[in-house]
Amino acid sequence: MPAPGVERYRSSRDGLMRGYGVYVLKRFAQFLLVVFVGISLTFFITHLTPIDPVAQMIAGITAFGQSDPESVAMMREALSELYGTDDPLIEQYVTYWTRIFSGDFGPSLSAFPTPVTTLIGRALPWTVGLLMTCTLIAWGLGNVMGGLAGYFRNSRALKLFGVVAMGFHPIPYYIIALVLLIVFGFLWPILPTSGGAGTNIPQGFTAEFIGSVLRHSILPAVAIVLVGIGGWFMGMRALVSNVVTEDYVVYAELGGVERKRILSFYVLRNALVPQVTGLAMSLGAIFNGAIIVEYVFAYPGLGRLLISAVYAGDYGLVLGVTTISVIAVSAAVFLIDILYPVFDPRVQLT
Amino acid sequence: MLKIVRDLFRYNREFAVGAILATLVLAMAVLSAFSPYAPNQIYVVPPDAPPSWAYPFGTSSRGQDVFWQLTFALRNTLLFGFAVAILSRILSLVIGLVAGYRGGMTDRILMSINDTFIVIPLFPLLVLFYFVMRDGMNWVLLALVIACLGWAYDARLIRSVMMSLKTREFTRTSVFSGMRMHEIVVQEHLPYVLPIVFSTTLNNINWSIGLEVTLSVLGFTDINTPTVGTMIFWANQHSAMVAGIWWWLAFPTAFITLTFIALFLLAVSMNEYIDPRSRLARMGQGAG
Repeated sequence: MPAPGVERYRSSRDGLMRGYGVYVLKRFAQFLLVVFVGISLTFFITHLTPIDPVAQMIAGITAFGQSDPESVAMMREALSELYGTDDPLIEQYVTYWTRIFSGDFGPSLSAFPTPVTTLIGRALPWTVGLLMTCTLIAWGLGNVMGGLAGYFRNSRALKLFGVVAMGFHPIPYYIIALVLLIVFGFLWPILPTSGGAGTNIPQGFTAEFIGSVLRHSILPAVAIVLVGIGGWFMGMRALVSNVVTEDYVVYAELGGVERKRILSFYVLRNALVPQVTGLAMSLGAIFNGAIIVEYVFAYPGLGRLLISAVYAGDYGLVLGVTTISVIAVSAAVFLIDILYPVFDPRVQLT
Repeated sequence: MLKIVRDLFRYNREFAVGAILATLVLAMAVLSAFSPYAPNQIYVVPPDAPPSWAYPFGTSSRGQDVFWQLTFALRNTLLFGFAVAILSRILSLVIGLVAGYRGGMTDRILMSINDTFIVIPLFPLLVLFYFVMRDGMNWVLLALVIACLGWAYDARLIRSVMMSLKTREFTRTSVFSGMRMHEIVVQEHLPYVLPIVFSTTLNNINWSIGLEVTLSVLGFTDINTPTVGTMIFWANQHSAMVAGIWWWLAFPTAFITLTFIALFLLAVSMNEYIDPRSRLARMGQGAG
């Protein structure tokens, strides 16, 4: 017969697992709410504004050339169907959702007759790859440096790092990207400033192709990391300098626990928790930035697709990218949310 | 008040640098009132002249004096930031205070909506909005839309402050003395919340200016209103960098960067000022 302590441990563990299930369900509900509100916003933007999307679209076609009458007719039909402009608003809203559920945004105008979903599918991996890498680098580096700066308050090198990181932080992505483009495109052209990979290299898992992808991603990545790092740095420095005054840290120091151990297990671990929440909360903003950076460096991701779709007057594509962006970002936030208990074991009980 | 500013200047390097930069930028914006040219006039000076005594920041390919154009641009950009900040402050204050004070179901519903707005990527939505509005897009409309989308982050902050205020003794005293909810919140709690609102205002201005610059650089706003973003837009349209007219891009970029750093440093120093723990640490450092 197990000791009563073990019994209690087991039942509390079952409670934890159930608590975690409830937690995940709650976060999932929040995820659905975000998608619902986001998609509804796109609907209201496109339907409640006084401008008729179909007429706008057709005007776009004639303004930007490409006025092959057959494709215009097809577009008009697809659009009228998509927007159902004659139906009552509530009916349009339902149709809109069915369209979105079936992932059907019609053919793209600027790359007629490729479906919008194909174009997005092609662009999405680029954005996800770039964004994920950069966010992890910026978040990781910012937290480590910020943690060190909060712990070793008198280090001159860390202070200098902080000043530089904070200097870059408030500048919008576009400006940083533009300056990088000018420096490395005109003044000192050593890095590729446009595209996702060399155009003459066949795609595939070859060293040459991967190398080219990496080289092309340096400038966009640097822009995103430069802007991102300062916020994490400052947040972590403030958190750590509060944690180090806690009794348990003082106690550990008095007890002769190694400083390295105190820093990584006692201080950083605890200070990291709010930073994970922060990451989930700022993912949308980071995504906004990545879109711009992609455009500046003609990186073949969602951002460039979105902006060139606007210039080409491609309604379905703009709508498709917006919708996918909302879904993708909220899915990423949901993922971080359900991983959150790994960082903070206290959370799942509520 | 003056004493606070003086102390901040002395003990807080971020505040000192931020205040100096902000004054510089504001001075530029104020100078727009003395401009010899109207903001939309083009071809009033010889085009493409490099910086000289006559044209300190050079002239653009559109025949505008970059210096005077920049004063208008900074004025409009700052006004835009203030407009968005004030509008969205109202939303975030109301929602944050109500959610924090009421708690329970109201809080849960409001915060679900709040978190939704935090997560949604706004930029694609704004692009979509421009795409639908096209020529109907203008400065006021954009400010309104950005304000309606940009309150969430700060509402959460205000709520958390409110929640801790609610548990303080004086709240209970006010309730027992028969004050109603809006009286308690406005008279008793608002004074504590306002400093935080002020610091979030600075951050919000930064954020909205950033969005405005980005949208107008791409040409997704009313491109005939001079803002820092539209200046860069026109410079790009005329391929200023390739043509070697660097001053057309460099000065707007430099000044907008200064604006961002100034506002950011001011917000950081405000935050520190509000948090007494870090203030004490800093004063101790300054003395020792």
